[in-house]
Amino acid sequence: MAIGWYLAVSALIFTIGAAGVMTRRNPLVVLLCLELMLNAANLALIAFSRMYGNGDGQIFAIIVLVVAACEVTVGLGVIVAMARRNVPIDVDELRELHG
Amino acid sequence: MAAVFFFVAATGAIAGAIGVVTMRNSFYAVLALVGHLLSLAALFLLLRAQFVAAAQVIVYAGAVMVLYVFVVSYVSVGPHQSTPGPVAGGARVLAYLFAFVLAAELMIAMLGNGLEAVGGDGAPYDPGFGTPGAIGSLLLTKFLFPFEAASFLLLIAAVGAVVLARRRDGGIDPAPQPVLSVMDLVRDERMGTMAEGVEAGGGRPAAGATAPLGAGLPSVAERERQAR
Repeated sequence: MAIGWYLAVSALIFTIGAAGVMTRRNPLVVLLCLELMLNAANLALIAFSRMYGNGDGQIFAIIVLVVAACEVTVGLGVIVAMARRNVPIDVDELRELHG
Repeated sequence: MAAVFFFVAATGAIAGAIGVVTMRNSFYAVLALVGHLLSLAALFLLLRAQFVAAAQVIVYAGAVMVLYVFVVSYVSVGPHQSTPGPVAGGARVLAYLFAFVLAAELMIAMLGNGLEAVGGDGAPYDPGFGTPGAIGSLLLTKFLFPFEAASFLLLIAAVGAVVLARRRDGGIDPAPQPVLSVMDLVRDERMGTMAEGVEAGGGRPAAGATAPLGAGLPSVAERERQAR
């Protein structure tokens, strides 16, 4: 398969993830959609790594994996803290950071 | 054969992504993301990235998704059970319009860039391309600093998650503990304390200084009935 096909799939997944981030209000699902966008970037990185026959892109993808895991850990910690303080699990209701 | 495999995996990945965005129940959204990640790992295998595919399945579909499932089940039993639906009205239309424009722009950037290699099957590669050995030697030689920085990042994220999600009151419920004094043990059963006398009299023993002494106190017969 040509590399362009993988890039097209990556662009579609990234777009679907961006649409989810913009339309969903549950912060858990927003985090899942962020994962979708990171995975789309990973797919593009690995496709380019294959295109040049060079392993550097795969290292980049692994680092992105690590960053995604950190982001999930902290994000889920925030959501658990919200549930502990009985804050509604809704990104529209989170207004305490207004200046 | 590779084409059939690619189209099956790509269809699974895109269907999983659509499932994540459209599912109302966030538990089903997590399961759709697991399917998406497995399909994506198949695509990584087609691109000769064996180690990244294995790490994706083990770390993401294994560990991170279990964390998600735990948090979904923890959050969904709280007082705010109903998960909010998607945004409505003009914001939704605007979001879909933006997403469509983004898709068109990305397609133009990726497929219309005139790079000849994008249309090809990829450059020839070493026999060890994408194996754990090749990845490991790259991580420990050329990319040693990013490797160490990633380990620090993981440590900081773990500490941050514990700090964010901890109990604010130190984990001990401040329930009032009954205070037992020696007088409770040695005093006669029918002998009331001053606090009991105040409660029995409606909590206002000094309602009027003119009231006769002991007017608010229950009689002995009444107190015997209460003791029984």
